[in-house]
Amino acid sequence: PSSSPRHDDLKEMLDSNKDSLKLEAMKRIVAMIARGKNASDLFPAVVKNVACKNIEVKKLVYVYLVRYAEEQQDLALLSISTFQRGLKDPNQLIRASALRVLSSIRVTIIVPIMMLAIKEAASDMSPYVRKTAAHAIPKLYSLDPEQKDCLIEVIEKLLADKTTLVAGSVVMAFEEVCPERIDLIHKNYRKLCNLLIDVEEWGQVVIINMLTRYARTQFLNPNMNEDKEEKEKKKTEATAIVKRKPYVMDPDHRLLLRNTKPLLQSRNAAVVMAVAQLYFHLAPKAEVGVIAKALVRLMRSHSEVQYVVLQNVATMSIKRRGMFEPYLKSFYIRSTDPTQIKVLKLEVLTNLANETNISTILREFQDDHFNDKDFVAATIQAIGRCATNIGEVRDTCLNGLVQLLSNRDELVVAESVVVIKKLLQMQPEQHSDIIKHMAKLTDNIQVPMARASILWLIGEYCEHVPKIAPDVLRKMAKTFTNEEDIVKLQIINLAAKLYLTNSKQTKLLTQYVLNLAKYDQNYDIRDRARFIRQLIVPTDKSGALSKYAKKLFLALKPAPVLESPFKDRDHFQLGSLSHLLNAKAGGYQVLPDWPEAAPDPSVRNVEVKESVPEWTKCSSREKRKEKKADKPFYSDSEGESGPTESADSDTASGSESGSGSEESGSGSESEESNEESESASEEDEEEEGKKKKKNVEKIKARKPVPESESDSQPNTIASVQVFDTICKPAWLYMQFLLNPPLPVSVPQTIIPSGNLKTYELLHRITGEGLSVEYCFSRQPFSPDPHMVAVKIQFTNSATSEAKSLHVEDAKLQSGMRIKEFPEIEVLPAGETISVVMGIDFCDSTQAANFQLCTHTRKFFVSIQPPVGELMMPIFMTENEFKKEQGQLMGMNEITEKLTLEEKCQGEHAVVQRVTTAANLSRVPCGSDKECRFAGKTVTSGSLVLVSVVTKEDGAAQLTVNCEKMVIGTMLVKDIHQALTQ
Amino acid sequence: MINSLFLINPSGEIFLEKHWKSVVSRSVCDYFLEAKEKALEPEDVPPVIHTPHHYLISIYRDKLFFLSVIQTEVPPLFVIEFLHRVAEMIQDYFGECSETVVKDHMVMVYELLEEMLDNGFPLATESNVLKEMIRPPTILRSVVNTLTGTSNVGDTLLTGQLSTIPWRRAGVRYTNNEAYFDVVEEIDAILDQSGRSSTDLSTGTTVQRSWKSDPEVKGQASGVCVCVCVVCKLCYDWLTGTTVFAEIQGVVEACVKLSGMPDLTLSFMNPRLLDDVSFHPCVRYKLWESERVLSFIPPDGNFTLMTYHVNAQNLVAIPVYVKQSISFFECGSDGRLDVTVGPKQTMGKTVEGVMVTVHLPKTILSINLTATQGSYTYDNGTKLLVWDIGKLNPQKLPNLRGSLSLQAGAPKPEENPSLNIDLKIQQLAISGLKVNRLDMFGEKYKPFKGVKYITKAGKFQVRT
Repeated sequence: PSSSPRHDDLKEMLDSNKDSLKLEAMKRIVAMIARGKNASDLFPAVVKNVACKNIEVKKLVYVYLVRYAEEQQDLALLSISTFQRGLKDPNQLIRASALRVLSSIRVTIIVPIMMLAIKEAASDMSPYVRKTAAHAIPKLYSLDPEQKDCLIEVIEKLLADKTTLVAGSVVMAFEEVCPERIDLIHKNYRKLCNLLIDVEEWGQVVIINMLTRYARTQFLNPNMNEDKEEKEKKKTEATAIVKRKPYVMDPDHRLLLRNTKPLLQSRNAAVVMAVAQLYFHLAPKAEVGVIAKALVRLMRSHSEVQYVVLQNVATMSIKRRGMFEPYLKSFYIRSTDPTQIKVLKLEVLTNLANETNISTILREFQDDHFNDKDFVAATIQAIGRCATNIGEVRDTCLNGLVQLLSNRDELVVAESVVVIKKLLQMQPEQHSDIIKHMAKLTDNIQVPMARASILWLIGEYCEHVPKIAPDVLRKMAKTFTNEEDIVKLQIINLAAKLYLTNSKQTKLLTQYVLNLAKYDQNYDIRDRARFIRQLIVPTDKSGALSKYAKKLFLALKPAPVLESPFKDRDHFQLGSLSHLLNAKAGGYQVLPDWPEAAPDPSVRNVEVKESVPEWTKCSSREKRKEKKADKPFYSDSEGESGPTESADSDTASGSESGSGSEESGSGSESEESNEESESASEEDEEEEGKKKKKNVEKIKARKPVPESESDSQPNTIASVQVFDTICKPAWLYMQFLLNPPLPVSVPQTIIPSGNLKTYELLHRITGEGLSVEYCFSRQPFSPDPHMVAVKIQFTNSATSEAKSLHVEDAKLQSGMRIKEFPEIEVLPAGETISVVMGIDFCDSTQAANFQLCTHTRKFFVSIQPPVGELMMPIFMTENEFKKEQGQLMGMNEITEKLTLEEKCQGEHAVVQRVTTAANLSRVPCGSDKECRFAGKTVTSGSLVLVSVVTKEDGAAQLTVNCEKMVIGTMLVKDIHQALTQ
Repeated sequence: MINSLFLINPSGEIFLEKHWKSVVSRSVCDYFLEAKEKALEPEDVPPVIHTPHHYLISIYRDKLFFLSVIQTEVPPLFVIEFLHRVAEMIQDYFGECSETVVKDHMVMVYELLEEMLDNGFPLATESNVLKEMIRPPTILRSVVNTLTGTSNVGDTLLTGQLSTIPWRRAGVRYTNNEAYFDVVEEIDAILDQSGRSSTDLSTGTTVQRSWKSDPEVKGQASGVCVCVCVVCKLCYDWLTGTTVFAEIQGVVEACVKLSGMPDLTLSFMNPRLLDDVSFHPCVRYKLWESERVLSFIPPDGNFTLMTYHVNAQNLVAIPVYVKQSISFFECGSDGRLDVTVGPKQTMGKTVEGVMVTVHLPKTILSINLTATQGSYTYDNGTKLLVWDIGKLNPQKLPNLRGSLSLQAGAPKPEENPSLNIDLKIQQLAISGLKVNRLDMFGEKYKPFKGVKYITKAGKFQVRT
């Protein structure tokens, strides 16, 4: 709001005629968006330019539209028709681009339009358009997951596509919409394998990942015999198990491995990783090795790539250590590596350590620079893990760690202590001197964890250091009150253990420590002290447990297992985000285990033998298939100023109306039915309606244009004049005048005004006594047949007369027009008057905003038409209807199933409700199960065909065919509502 | 897949955002900024961050953070690779990738991003295709644009996306048809301190073993030669320290400006030298596998044709040796530094652009050094010592020596700093790789062809 003055200036620029100004404005707006500033208030001003001729302006408008359509759904609909036109363009690029933008507009109301557009594009001749269709599928799915079934059909169709352009995109759509439908892949498996090498890089990644999962469900584990043997070795009762049949690899499994292997040479790290994981998960053990070299290559890439690759190598190196051993040096740590890389390299080196290379690795560890504290800790832990895993070097490691105990850096010492503690647990007898050495450290080392570890060690192995242990306890007792909590707990433990083994020397000390602990601030320590005192100090009250105190405290504790955090991480598909996080990410597809028995391999057989995949890189030597197109999408407008389609249906409407006149019998037929449906009680209303009509006539009488009311006498001369002055859609109406039998049918098409819904335009209170209502009179608006006639009824309930009622300052969306009603000079108090005004809504449901003025006040009002009022009835024969319907198939057809509301079952009710909801006329039909209606939009004259087929139990199917998909969509919604409520 | 992209400068300011799906509030970056605060160096920020509702995958490149927001499972490398492509695209379009450049061309960058992804899935990432849609700015064009009010958006129809060879635009025309290839090699090496006797021997033996076991070498060189080499190497090792690790990274950069749809075949004299290769998608993998030739229809303009790797450590010639000693006296607060650089295996070429970089310990107070050649700079804040030597003269070896003084009372640094070496050798591919010939099919004209070799130091480190 604070920045609105600046935006005003932008709006002005957008409204100007100069493209350069518009462009400048759009550039500034897009720059605002790029910076993250809110530019949504400019939406109406921007969207007007959607059909701008200048390509760049147009392009930027699209950029804007895609960004803000979600927030301004109603306004966004204005632009839809531009894209709909684009969808039918002869140029494939324009079709594709239109689909891309249309599907990016995240507005729920256009879901059916998108669905139709995608379906159509999926069978487009151009592979590029089909690719765009594949891209649009996940967009629609995220907008409306209920479309899933329909989308799967499209995916199935596109999966069968044989071009490389489409393959990656459709598999992407498959993965997002229906990854569980693995059955859709069968028939396309071989084709995908063969196309793979020529698919663009990003598509390759997606396809390879998907095929990995597929293979895991369809083939047998190539390593099953070896894995089994390993297991058998572990279990000793191997005798009874029946040997499996020798393993034979499915040729399709081999095909996949063979066709992915060259991609290890891709420049794209993601592709290489995808192939690597495929080999890791699917290849026989002997063949997995090939990926190591490629992965090591990635280690020389950007540090982020290294980070991800190392994570995966860390997991792989646990299971397949031999694979990376030749590349040990590539994992050497550099001082310039970021910390997370160093830590991961350390992890890999630790996994790779064995008897032969351990000395080199340990030297690497020592060479590492101790600047980075996190890394130091990781290194020392790594040394510890090497020591536990490789018996031969345990002493070397231990010695190295003991040397580190004299390091100046306390953190190094502390970490070493913790690791040594774990190592000593494995063979404490041989290392009493190390324990002694560590006991000395308690004087210096301050890190609580390290102190606690030393105390635990001394307590645990107090029998190996009988002289030193009591002395350590003595020192600790002195400093007890100043220690950290974990240290205090260990002091208590030490005291208890010494009391049990050497009570002579330590009895008093223990008592002292326990007394100190009794009054400690920390309740854990108080509890521990109380519990231990009860357990170890024999009293008459002490329970049965105290007998076992020694066994409890000095039981042999199992040595800790130092394990890699990457162990068993390969149950996640490698290379995935979930693997990296070691947690399942949203949308992750579990990598299934190998099946026990292979499913039927014949499902992948394709009847028609596929031609050897054409190597597209060679085929490019041939001529380009697509001719250079002649009309770019971004510059397609040919003199159209807005979303309106001006008078492009002249011929159509002419012929329609001509044929409509022949079909007079049908009109009277339906008239009968309509009359039947109206009960006698409605007669009063009809009379009222007539009154209103008279009022209208009064107003209209002032106009120079000849009257064309339904009840006026046919006047040939007048109608000829009318024919000359009025444009063609009115021609239809002229039929009534020229053709004697026709006037009879008029009441049928034009619903008596009693049935018209009135809307409030101005309330009595806000209007200071003047109340205004309007309704859509459904009469042709004679001054301009492209306008919708709106009947406005003024009632002056004030005490004084209202003067000079007129319309002013209409603020309209681009393309919209208003024909004001003539000024009403005086409206006396208590009187009511009706006038008619015309509004060209441009076939959109956008509101027309204007000011209603009296001599004293101005009121802002707006009229928003229901979609059903944007059309006018036309007459058609059954055959014509069918013919026209046949031409409006595909995306122009919207079908919906519904259940008729109870009161609405029966033909008459249906007809009445449909004609109330929309200004349509009935088309005769042979079957009483089907009702048909026809009309055309007022502005552009696009045909609107509606049919309702009723079935048993109130089930019905509603079909709307309309060139204007937005209109069609909204109409379906309205009629659906009318029929079900 | 990729939901949004944020560009963030080192001080944490978000200066560009782009969303390919529903808008994600930029407050999601707070998690990242928090991690960035914790990290000592920008490189230390974890590339993948898990937040309650999103995953943040970021790269740090050209002093900028490219942060992408992900909502569902996606291979992390897929995202990282794409982010690097974005950076490369900016570099390609505007000559450099920096905050200023992006801010100057905000709208164009935004439009490019719009084209690169559709609903978060890559649509057009090939430079050739992008350039057809959105023309890169040139000085001339920006002048013309200002005068005429025209724009950079391509006004012809973009056929690049339709092609089965997505990396090459159609209808390329040049008056001078030329194709240049630069073979650039970088040596990555870690050299150990000299005189570490315990390991010298063992490395020596491994060297011997690997020389003999390498059939390639056996086939080419006589046994005597092998022996001599081993001895030489041992001498060098004894003199100048052992090579802990050495390998060569090579890359063939191409600049191809050829009309029409040329189909090129490039062959090497000694392709078996290459240990590992990766290719631009235009290269036909299968032909490389069977015949060891590079067969491809090139993209138009500059591109990286292939990268390769020469691993066998003994084959890696180390062009310079470094004799250095950095020592601190046990008592007192002084130390000495003495570094000499000399040529080693240079194949008769001059070593240029030699530069030695040392991260001195944090406790150094000041230094006082003299260089016999070139000049040195020292930043007391970062403790970074840079000695720019220039051309290496084998007659008079450059030397840098002098004293270091430690902060009073500071303990003697535990570890000695390692030296990073930078160098350049023109007209030499240190691995010995040579291009044999380049043939063109598919077009009738005679192109002008050229190959250039250059060797540089990559991560070349001397441990002390």
